[in-house]
Amino acid sequence: MLEVLQYDFMRNALAAGVLAAVACGIVGVYVVVKKIVFISGGIAHASFGGVGLGFLLGINPVVGALFFTLASALGIGTLSRRTSLPEDTVIGVFWAVGMALGVIFIGLSPGYAVDLFSYLFGNILFVPTSDLVLMLILDAVIALVVFLLYKEFMAISFDEEFGIVVGVPVERLYLTLLCLIALTVVVLIRVVGVILVIAMLTIPAAMAKQFTYNLKKMMFFSALLGIIFVLCGLWLSYELDLASGATIVIVSGVFFLVSFGFRRLVSRKHPIAQPP
Amino acid sequence: MTSKELVKLENIWVHYDNVAILEDVNLSIDQDDFLGIIGPNGGGKTTLLKVILGLVKPSRGEVTVLGSTPERNRKFIGYIAQSSLFDHDFPISVLEVVLMGRYGKVGLIKRFSNEDKNLALKALETVEMLDYKDRQIGRLSGGEQQRVFIARALVAEPKMLLLDEPTTGIDTPMQTEFYELLAELKHAMAIVLVSHDISAVSIYVDKIACLNHQLYYHGSKEVGPEILEATYKCPVQMIAHGVPHRVLKEH
Repeated sequence: MLEVLQYDFMRNALAAGVLAAVACGIVGVYVVVKKIVFISGGIAHASFGGVGLGFLLGINPVVGALFFTLASALGIGTLSRRTSLPEDTVIGVFWAVGMALGVIFIGLSPGYAVDLFSYLFGNILFVPTSDLVLMLILDAVIALVVFLLYKEFMAISFDEEFGIVVGVPVERLYLTLLCLIALTVVVLIRVVGVILVIAMLTIPAAMAKQFTYNLKKMMFFSALLGIIFVLCGLWLSYELDLASGATIVIVSGVFFLVSFGFRRLVSRKHPIAQPP
Repeated sequence: MTSKELVKLENIWVHYDNVAILEDVNLSIDQDDFLGIIGPNGGGKTTLLKVILGLVKPSRGEVTVLGSTPERNRKFIGYIAQSSLFDHDFPISVLEVVLMGRYGKVGLIKRFSNEDKNLALKALETVEMLDYKDRQIGRLSGGEQQRVFIARALVAEPKMLLLDEPTTGIDTPMQTEFYELLAELKHAMAIVLVSHDISAVSIYVDKIACLNHQLYYHGSKEVGPEILEATYKCPVQMIAHGVPHRVLKEH
């Protein structure tokens, strides 16, 4: 395994995996505790429109996706809060329209895009160094915003109504959080692709939640688990010659099911003492 | 009037999808009131509290909180929502929950000071929950959670507490303790308590109002049977579970 590290693409793959795991470790915790998985799915899928636009305009598709995810985060957030439309309806519309735009844009692009598949399902083995720089910047932005607004995000995640009463600008913070999800999606696109992003946003955080009741520790564990999943998935996909993104997701899913099953088994034998 | 008026509702109407939830409600709450609002489920009790907090906009009428709009002055109100509504599995400690009450005072981005933490610990001491400060909130009983939420409201140094069905899911001995805590707090602030449980409320509060879309209130604890019948649309004996004297003084 170690000899593969002499290749640039493998070093880039490892760096991309770690950067992706850190982003989804931090933001995934909010996605899980605030139960906004479906919104995140909408933002992720809508990003495909940006990938298509990138192809059409001849710019980096990941940069195109950045604009699309931010726009759809603000769009979904604003429409579901300010209008009477149900939130899941808004998400469904953005989800499908974003994907459809991607297909149309790519169809209009001169010279049909051959590596479309790698944006849909990720290809960690082909991450250019320029994208690594972008991922690093996005990771830094995410970490900084969460560091500054930690107590505010806690308030809107745990009890929005109380937040409003004590004067926390709930709606703006919620839109900010959705924008962080948008940035995370962009970081993850190269690694697991538009369609599989949701796995990395939920599985590490959901698993970390089983081990701790502290939000900060949960972020740490979740990033750590993300790194383990990416490394295991990458190694398995290399050894077995499988698609890297899908292998990472399957590894995550297996870990999740095993840990969930193990916990159920343990809690049945030693039931956690419930307070009276 | 010697006592200072905290909240004034004038001719409040609230509609959800053209159905009237509150009909022409008038209510004045003074700074030393301990008011119980009783009424059947779906009678608009929670809506009334949310109107006071500015969380629900009335379709007609005027709300005044400390001489201004609810949005401006709701930071002086400690709100304790129905406890069953939060995510019991949320990764947050008791102390972190209480500190949330300081958010309005601390401001965006800024960190909690030692003073904020001391105030939070003091509020936990007031509700006798200091020993549980590091416990995850969901791993407390319903009554203990309710005390933590009161501490969270207290730490914002409110002039009034609004409690929505605070004793739901709490067993009877704990309920008694809970009401005794409120009886102590009422010397420092106004308390408004909403409940469908007449008998328990009536022992502790000083004034009772009845709400079933319309509000019946005479600024006293005595509630005539005709008002209760109008509120609950059924005979009084059925509501008071055969102990009407706990609700009604001799007429």
